[in-house]
Amino acid sequence: MALTRRDFVKWLSASAALSGTIGCATAKKSNAVGRVVVIGGGYAGATAAKYVRMWGPDIEVTLVEREAEFVSCPLSNRVLAGVMQLKDLTRNYGKLHAKYGVKLIRDEATAIDPAAQEVRLANGGTLKYDRLIVAPGVDILYSEVPGLDSPQAQARVLHAWKAGPQTVALRKQLEAMADGGIYALTIPKAPYRCPPGPYERACQVAWYFKTHKPKSKVLILDANEDVVSKKGLFMKAWSDRYAGIVEYRPNSELTGVDAATMTAKLTFEDVAADVLNVVPPQRAGKIAADAGLITANKRWCGVDFLTYESTAVKNVHVLGDAIMAAPQMPKSGHMANQHAKVCAAAVVALMHGEAVNSQPLLTNTCYSFVSDKEVIHVASVHAYVPEKKTMEIIPGASGVSAAASEQEGQYAQAWGNNIWADMLG
Amino acid sequence: MIRQGIILAATLLAGASISTLAADKNIEGRNWAATCTGCHGTNGHSEGGMPLLAGLDKAYIVNAMKEFKAGTKPATVMHQHAKGYSDEQIDRIAEFFAAQPLK
Repeated sequence: MALTRRDFVKWLSASAALSGTIGCATAKKSNAVGRVVVIGGGYAGATAAKYVRMWGPDIEVTLVEREAEFVSCPLSNRVLAGVMQLKDLTRNYGKLHAKYGVKLIRDEATAIDPAAQEVRLANGGTLKYDRLIVAPGVDILYSEVPGLDSPQAQARVLHAWKAGPQTVALRKQLEAMADGGIYALTIPKAPYRCPPGPYERACQVAWYFKTHKPKSKVLILDANEDVVSKKGLFMKAWSDRYAGIVEYRPNSELTGVDAATMTAKLTFEDVAADVLNVVPPQRAGKIAADAGLITANKRWCGVDFLTYESTAVKNVHVLGDAIMAAPQMPKSGHMANQHAKVCAAAVVALMHGEAVNSQPLLTNTCYSFVSDKEVIHVASVHAYVPEKKTMEIIPGASGVSAAASEQEGQYAQAWGNNIWADMLG
Repeated sequence: MIRQGIILAATLLAGASISTLAADKNIEGRNWAATCTGCHGTNGHSEGGMPLLAGLDKAYIVNAMKEFKAGTKPATVMHQHAKGYSDEQIDRIAEFFAAQPLK
């Protein structure tokens, strides 16, 4: 075994931490080996905050989140069907503090100073960090949709792509729509948050129409050339369950909207709807853009998949939908939870001077409701490929449901309950 | 000479204790097992609706994963997930969950 000075120092500090008997200047300071600040309390950020504390109890962790409570995007399409309410998707952050000792700050992070290793907050305060974890989710790029620039237009043509007030407002628009009306949903070019989400949404609205407003139509205007996720299963749901209700139009890129008349402007035609629901293109959250973390297509943040450290800024890690994902790595809540654990393990290892796991794995399971109770899934396991420095699906370790089932409907709800507990308490 | 001797002794001790610590903690198993816990609950403590993994017999978990891989155990997703793990990874993951105390 090689004998290094580093081992000796590490052992000395380990002994000091255990016994607390070495009398020196550092003994009077806090016992923490360092400070981690996490920006964003979604699937990625909350999981990271909890797991850094769980695996590194000698690390101080502060979570900055602007909302009072967590609201899940996954399962929120069910609110549009009227079978679930927003409160069913809402959880609080209390246990992160009570059980794991995460310091919670309700505020908005407005700037990152990587030289000073500081985060500035909207209320004027600053937080020092040794390592920063940025999990800002996505920003909606209204600027990419002509006609959606005013607050009035944005309040009328909704995206409902972040679960919250917009989800409830879109449900109200659907309830107010007369039977025989048209609901049009536009999908941006991939990559966007939650690849199967728009198709699930079409199913949920179609289920509501079929059971309550059977003369109404769901029109899917997809900028992509084909269904992006679970194609066969979604197409089967539309033809078997919602024939005459759902119409799917690929290669339908939105060029603008007229909010007053709920009209979607496409390249060759205008499509008028009674309820127009536009999912605009997205980008890593603003704080990531301002901090120079965006490295790809002016949208996404490049990371080292062993640590999730930014390829642009040292000691800053980026997680979740904001990253430039490897091919076939969806922008999903489940994936964000997985990024967070690989990152947490790496951050704890780095702060203790230990080796980082060289063989990280990620799993993904995305459930989609095709009716009020029946569900389909897509699942995969991804491994690190050192020679390419990327994540790839392990051959054979992926697939979709054989058919929609109520059994998977029960698993989908259990997935929610378990992953929310895994991130929050 | 004396100083070198002290460092040598201390380092030998350090080396021994650190490697023992790493093996005891099964950090690799912990990290790989964390890929299961989004669905199966933190450290395998399911909130319900998904199988509990914490405290299960190690051999039971290893065998179940082998059967999922082979397609001989009925599954909705586990036959797909199981193929993503090597025998060594399954062994370490099973060891981790088996070592988790029941709540």
